[in-house]
Amino acid sequence: MNDAMAFLLWTKGPMLNLALGIFALGVAVRLVEILILGRAKNYAEPRAPEWIGGAKALVSRTLPDPGTFRRAPFDVLIGWLWHIGFILVLLFFVPHVELIRGVLGFAWPALPTPLVDVSTALTILGLIAALVHRLTHPVKRFLSTGEDYLIWAVVFMVVLTGYLSYHRLITPYPLALGMHILSAEIFLILVPLTRLSHLFTAFIARWYTGAHFGRKGVEA
Amino acid sequence: MSTLAIRERTLEQGAPAQGLSLARGLAAWRAELDAPIAAFFSSCVHCGLCAQACPFYVETGDPRYTPIYKLEPLRRLWESEFTLLGRIKSWLRLNQPVTDALLAEWEELLYDSCTMCGRCSMVCPVGNDIAYMIRKMREGMVQSGHAPEGLIAASSRAIRTGSPMGLQWKTLEVQIRHVESSTGLQVPIDREGAEYLVLLSSMEVINFPEYLEAITRIFAHASISWTLSTQCFEATNAGVQIGSKDIARTLVERVVAAAEQLKVSKVISPECGHAYTAIRWEGPNLIGRSYPFKVFHIIEVLDELRASGRLRLEGKETDRLSMHDPCNLARKSGVIEQQRNLIELIAEQFVDFEEHGRYQWCCGAGGGVSSNERAEALRLQAFKRKKAQIEAVAPARMVTMCATCRTQLEEGIETYNLNIPVVGLTELIAEHLVDKEPA
Ligand code: SF4
Ligand code: SF4
Repeated sequence: MNDAMAFLLWTKGPMLNLALGIFALGVAVRLVEILILGRAKNYAEPRAPEWIGGAKALVSRTLPDPGTFRRAPFDVLIGWLWHIGFILVLLFFVPHVELIRGVLGFAWPALPTPLVDVSTALTILGLIAALVHRLTHPVKRFLSTGEDYLIWAVVFMVVLTGYLSYHRLITPYPLALGMHILSAEIFLILVPLTRLSHLFTAFIARWYTGAHFGRKGVEA
Repeated sequence: MSTLAIRERTLEQGAPAQGLSLARGLAAWRAELDAPIAAFFSSCVHCGLCAQACPFYVETGDPRYTPIYKLEPLRRLWESEFTLLGRIKSWLRLNQPVTDALLAEWEELLYDSCTMCGRCSMVCPVGNDIAYMIRKMREGMVQSGHAPEGLIAASSRAIRTGSPMGLQWKTLEVQIRHVESSTGLQVPIDREGAEYLVLLSSMEVINFPEYLEAITRIFAHASISWTLSTQCFEATNAGVQIGSKDIARTLVERVVAAAEQLKVSKVISPECGHAYTAIRWEGPNLIGRSYPFKVFHIIEVLDELRASGRLRLEGKETDRLSMHDPCNLARKSGVIEQQRNLIELIAEQFVDFEEHGRYQWCCGAGGGVSSNERAEALRLQAFKRKKAQIEAVAPARMVTMCATCRTQLEEGIETYNLNIPVVGLTELIAEHLVDKEPA
């Protein structure tokens, strides 16, 4: 019990600082690496301002075009299911909201815990389905590298340990909670170091693509 | 471009190419790498959704044809040289190097199985513009000596003779005389101060001479002041297709010089998709300045004439028509409504494909694939996507507005025994002109 407590305290103290430090520094380095490359000046007369197309694409790429949805419904639905579930739990679970309040000094109302609970369970199922799909779909399997499976494992661990500790399925509790926090910290560290970086770079990518097509009068 | 000419000559002699090297290829990539590419590579989550957007994957089922996979060598260079983590990996020798053998292997993926149609760029959930990267990646393929022979030949012909097919003004002149005698109208040549400079594509001149006659009649009908230029009649740009800025710039400069010499205020790109993107969107960046004239695709001009009431038409086509949007015109240039406005004027029964406009499927021949003889079988396989679209709406005739698309549609339709004629929209419009009332 004491060891578990010490472990929990470590995850909440030094390890948290380390993870946040690597995350912040890493994200800053990645942003600089990308943006420093810049873009050549475009002399072609635009049909529409770039920023309109860029801003639209930030949001619009979240929904697939009808053809893509018809050809790959499973990809789209599973992707949505676990992304939405993950974000919902991350931002609206009571202890998470309290944590945010502790850090920022303000927060938003949490969702009822049973709802978050269901959402967590669905996220777990969605992640399992996504893994099975990755292992069986010819294109996904072909593209996937060790990194893709590593990312999957870390995201899965974050959600699973959260679920298990909330339901007191691991004892002692401090060990369970410590594992959850540690998983989240590993997640944070991996954001700048792996394809998890898409959680911020995807918006840069969408912006550029939306702007590029938008100036030509095409909604991307 | 001189190195390409050398390459062509040495290829003919069976000797290895001179000047082109892996080092030059990698240098070209370094010069092309920009913030969008870095953001795209950082964002790809290997979801594979781009595959189902690409006709080459869809019709072959080969995962190697997944759009983002076609960029793997460029991604490796970016990772090992443009990211901190990649630099550390290279230092520890954990990186995957880009070798000449790797590029040789990738040549087919970049040229035979990609038309730069941009369909993948419309569907990637993280927003990657994959076609944008393919275009840039081809620059390094050319510089490293890994471009297909068919495209090298077309490029050097374009540089040497002004036409990728080696077409001479003499040949065009014969056609002009023919148009003049059959229409009784004059085809204006080198007329300084005309409003429009009309460009053509060699493929059009050779395969579809109806086009020149059609615009001659339409422009006379609408009292448009226009001219051809003996200095430059070719609109197409083999440099954009092969991926060589030097060649592309030289070809665009010829157009700009002709337009500036004749002091026109507008330049019209013909029924050709890539010629339009080359001049309209890439051209100013290739020469590093904006133009003193505006650039239009012929379809934009015709729709403008329609909107301003200068196009008086009569009669309708009674058979069932459907339409193929050239990728370069629709998805890559935003000309989508114009051709529909025009066809509505003359068609009793027009039916669109379910996926059209920005989501239309490529015919399989663009991006230089049609000049790359080696890719013929794959090109006709990719056409099956178009075939499925055509069969779904069962038209009596197909209408399009790009000579390359039209040639591919005709060839594909013949290969698969569909028995559906293909017609250019401009000539279809010309057939419905109200005769000028006698003065
Ligand atoms: S669709 Fe986009 S994120 Fe998915 S594999 Fe292709 S490039 Fe990567
Ligand atoms: S640009 Fe078109 S042909 Fe090329 S990879 Fe993308 S979808 Fe396929």
